[in-house]
Amino acid sequence: MFESIGEIVLLFWRTLLALPLAWRQRQKVFDQFFEIGNASLLMVCVLSFFIGAVIALQTGPVLVDRSLASAVGGIVGIALAKELAPVMMAILIAGRIGSAMAAEIGSMRVYQEIDALRTMNINPIHYLVLPRLVAIALALPMLVVFAILVGWFGGAVVAEANNHIAIPFQAFYSDLRDIVAVKDVINGVFKSFCFALIIGVVSCHQGLTTIGGPRGIGRSVTKAVVNSIVLIVIFDYFLTRILLK
Amino acid sequence: MMSHPTNHDSGVSLRVRGLRKSFNGEEVLRGVDFDVKPGEVFVIMGPSGSGKSVLLKHLIGLETPDAGEIFINGESIQTPEIAAKYRMALVFQSGALLNSLTVGENVGLYLSEHRLKPPEEIQRIVTEKLEDVGLKDTAEKMPNELSGGMKKRVAIARALIIEPQLILYDEPTSELDPLSAIVIGEEILRLKERIHVTSLVVSHDRDLAFGVADRIAVINEGRILTIGTPDEVKRFNDPLVQDFLHADFKREPQPK
Repeated sequence: MFESIGEIVLLFWRTLLALPLAWRQRQKVFDQFFEIGNASLLMVCVLSFFIGAVIALQTGPVLVDRSLASAVGGIVGIALAKELAPVMMAILIAGRIGSAMAAEIGSMRVYQEIDALRTMNINPIHYLVLPRLVAIALALPMLVVFAILVGWFGGAVVAEANNHIAIPFQAFYSDLRDIVAVKDVINGVFKSFCFALIIGVVSCHQGLTTIGGPRGIGRSVTKAVVNSIVLIVIFDYFLTRILLK
Repeated sequence: MMSHPTNHDSGVSLRVRGLRKSFNGEEVLRGVDFDVKPGEVFVIMGPSGSGKSVLLKHLIGLETPDAGEIFINGESIQTPEIAAKYRMALVFQSGALLNSLTVGENVGLYLSEHRLKPPEEIQRIVTEKLEDVGLKDTAEKMPNELSGGMKKRVAIARALIIEPQLILYDEPTSELDPLSAIVIGEEILRLKERIHVTSLVVSHDRDLAFGVADRIAVINEGRILTIGTPDEVKRFNDPLVQDFLHADFKREPQPK
């Protein structure tokens, strides 16, 4: 386990050192960015709408019963911006994109495509890892901003439509604006940037260390997703501690 | 592993001395020694698991030996700077084409990634190399649209783009039908005649080995058993070598 952590840190460091080459790899970054957006946008939309909706549904009646209806918008807003949108979208992207990264790089490793790159003096970190890491680091924060907006909308729809809550759209957004600060959204976006780096580097590392045939690829995909999610949750706690100060 | 192509010069000499390699305590190469002359087609034959592919990976720099040295034109290639002086290419057993790229992009990858030529020039060179291996008009195809033999020829074209001084072939005829295997064998000989490249072929295909080799080495369990011309190897009096050279499938007579 410690060996793997060391390898992941080393891979991350080597990719950081290769960052000046990102502009040269811009076409690959753009392709990966498009791939991530294309594969995830609809799911992000559906997921965040219902997360916002369910928070409103869970908290709304309780708060309304206690004459705290004006807090519903704020609770939905804060929960989504600071916690749920970054974490849930990161988990979604780990499953959707991290797994694809691990599978693609893993199969390239198993079928000697990475060895072929090395024989041509093409560094797999520059060619494979760098574009993926840059693309996911750009795409996930953007998806999270989108998820926050859609989630707020989901919460507002339920708050108005549910008879037990019955908070008008305008009142919901007005309460939300009073409680949620721009800083809260920035905190969430920063978290998602950190999670994107975790997903990218863990998935690429799993792909690059794949051994065996198709079973090995399957194992790498599973490990990439599980390890990413575990690290996201652990880092979420520490990032929250830091950002609360 | 290679410097960028400048001009064509003839093949290089290769010397391997005392090469040893173990994986998880199991010795795969047990002190391998051999010499390859410039422009020669040298075939290393041996049964599966005898260490042939591992040996090739050491020559191209994908593995580091536990002991021993590899020399090209008399210079040890253990230091990357020296290794970079020579242009070496490996044709993988599977072809190892990048499945996400077209055939043309695969062939031109070395030039485009290192930005050695403008795109139009790369396209011209790619077309030329594909024609060299008899695969005109395949540049826009994806690797999964090609047959096994065509993939290997694309891999050869990809190797040729660096204008190599040494080409290493890993089981070039495995998984091919006999006619495609002949085409690959002819390709190896044609490259030798045309660009005088040094070729090192590892294979367990006896027909290919005796058809293309100037000299043959027989390897078993990580040791070279004999080295000689095809005729000398055929006459070599060692039961393991003779068994390998004459092993044949025998069908039991059907009871009447």
